[in-house]
Amino acid sequence: MADTELEVRDRVPAHETERSQRAQRVDRVTVIKPAPRWPHLDLRELWHYRELLARLAWRDIAVRYKQTSIGVAWAILQPFLTMVVFTFVFGRFANFPSKDVPYPIFVYSALLPWTYFASSVALASSSLVSNRGLVTKVYFPRILLPLAGVTVPIVDFVLALSVLFGMMVWFSTWPSLAIFLAPLFLAMALIAALGVALFLSAVNVRYRDVPYAIPFLMQIWLYLSGVVYAISALPERWQWLLALNPMTTVISGFQWGVLGTAPPELGKSLVGVAATAVFVVVGLWYFRRSEPRFADTI
Amino acid sequence: MSVAIVTERLSKQYRIGELQSTYGTLRDSFGAVARRLVQRDHKAHYEEIWALRDVSLEVYEGEVLGVIGRNGAGKSTLLKILTRITTPTSGRAEIRGRVGSLLEVGTGFHPELTGRENVFLNGSVLGMKRREIQHRFSEIVEFSGVEQFIDTPVKRYSSGMSVRLAFAVAAHLEPEVLLVDEVLAVGDAEFQRRCLGRMEDLSQSGRTVIFVSHQMQAVAQLCDRAILLEKGSVVLDGASGDVVAHYLQTVGGTGSVRVWPDLESAPGDDLARLQSVRVVDEHGEIAAAADVRRPVGIEIGFTVLRMGEYAVFPKFKLYDARGNVAFNAMDTSSRWLEPSAPGEYVSTAWIPGNLLNEGLITIDVGICSLRTIKLHPHAGCVDAVSFHVQDPGEGDSAKSLFTGQWKGVLRPLLKWTTEER
Repeated sequence: MADTELEVRDRVPAHETERSQRAQRVDRVTVIKPAPRWPHLDLRELWHYRELLARLAWRDIAVRYKQTSIGVAWAILQPFLTMVVFTFVFGRFANFPSKDVPYPIFVYSALLPWTYFASSVALASSSLVSNRGLVTKVYFPRILLPLAGVTVPIVDFVLALSVLFGMMVWFSTWPSLAIFLAPLFLAMALIAALGVALFLSAVNVRYRDVPYAIPFLMQIWLYLSGVVYAISALPERWQWLLALNPMTTVISGFQWGVLGTAPPELGKSLVGVAATAVFVVVGLWYFRRSEPRFADTI
Repeated sequence: MSVAIVTERLSKQYRIGELQSTYGTLRDSFGAVARRLVQRDHKAHYEEIWALRDVSLEVYEGEVLGVIGRNGAGKSTLLKILTRITTPTSGRAEIRGRVGSLLEVGTGFHPELTGRENVFLNGSVLGMKRREIQHRFSEIVEFSGVEQFIDTPVKRYSSGMSVRLAFAVAAHLEPEVLLVDEVLAVGDAEFQRRCLGRMEDLSQSGRTVIFVSHQMQAVAQLCDRAILLEKGSVVLDGASGDVVAHYLQTVGGTGSVRVWPDLESAPGDDLARLQSVRVVDEHGEIAAAADVRRPVGIEIGFTVLRMGEYAVFPKFKLYDARGNVAFNAMDTSSRWLEPSAPGEYVSTAWIPGNLLNEGLITIDVGICSLRTIKLHPHAGCVDAVSFHVQDPGEGDSAKSLFTGQWKGVLRPLLKWTTEER
């Protein structure tokens, strides 16, 4: 070690050496301790690993579009075809309420945030198990994996948005000024998806039932989110109950922006925000609590 | 000299269930919860073991420390804690400097991505910053020798090429502390060779290295100092040559016989207990050394305590000196199709001559039952017995009159036919 120190001093002016060496020392001392009893989220560490988060998200996107032959088209086809089916089944035959906008654009504008939410939950919930190789071999904050999982479907969302613009022209509907609030509602969907996925991904490490349960869970959740019908047409007390589902606020908020329909009620939106906060706190708590055993049980 | 790694009473406790990589389904847990509610005694249904217990160490900068011990002694657990893959149950450790491990070489490599994309991905996974990777990219590619294919998906690479690329990234990480688990780096011979090479390079340039290995020669050669782990604790710490010698003597001394005369304390559960394990030659005599050409018997004595629902039968796992699993074997005879009657049994498995290679063989023994498709262990003993396989060099083994080192876990004597055309 003495040799290397001398080498460094040869090259760098003395006053700088001392400072940088001290900085390096302090920087690079790794302290290993048992997992804390009350888990918390180390935001500084997360910031330190931001490049890895971007890299993991980028990997999932790159691989996805490389492996599928019609790549980009899937992102558009999936919500589009669902919209067509829903329009026939619920719009024509069942005549569901659609906030006085044409049913196709009503259901498509709801399917966009919904598809984002559902694929985020599915992708992020399996993220720990599908990255087993990383989890058992390298250290990094495990939360990066579900975080990358809820980031990746944003790309699909943006692609599918182009069809929405096309439909807005076709049906000549106009967005309201609230379109500038749309990113906030999407952020709410992201946080809610993250909360659910944090919990499910940690459960999935122990019990491999999760991938089987998710499609089922999402199917039920879809009908409770006001995708195929307007929640506002339901009796008032049911509306309050459904407000516990953050996706009802997300969807009506997004439609408020892009279709200019009635805004979500403040009281119900606050219930949705509170529910989102509960999701994320519970999910995070369970995730951080299980984290120390991930590599042992996965 | 300053200290690079300090550990203070580092301990890790596992539940037995976690070590067997059978993950439960929700149904199993519901079942367990239901059973616990019905049964009055709240005795835990899992056993807890200390994989590591009160390990206090100081490793100085530039030191190369070897870690040796039997399978399950805690070597890999120690490295997993130091690389922060898993957390200790108690105690603490401090490491000064960037930590690298050869465990992680190539982790995160994705077959669909190109070599270039994988370099960036793998670099980030190993903790390098994007600018750092960009800065060294051309060096890395040159070092790997796959320039031509850098924009080809890695799935089209030969295994040698991807190992070279992976090592090129790892080589540019330049950790101050390197952790090597040679036991886990099994597989490719090329990979193992590169691991050892990389370790030598770094230790010569004054880095701190912790080297876990089953190859006693390598430990004695490459390390200044070694520790011997037994049941999770450091039992010996000293010059590597001394520690290796002690280990070889004592594990050699595990010997070819193991007997548990007291049924109460013998390994096992309420259904079956291990009673004895012996290594015997063709005449039934206990053998510490076996002739490579002659068959060896593994004689397992056990007691079935009560009539169970399933048949219980003996099973063993055989390791070579490097810790590779040579093979698993269990008694498949039809007598074990019916639930076993209580009583004492002695089963002997015959390993044919001209199968194992020379060297120290260690054997884990267990008593199991087969429940539909799951193997359920009732009794087990890690490193129960060991014996040496020797070649007297009379020219009629697979090595013929050659006397040098003969690689491989196995050394079968094959039938060769040659026709003159």
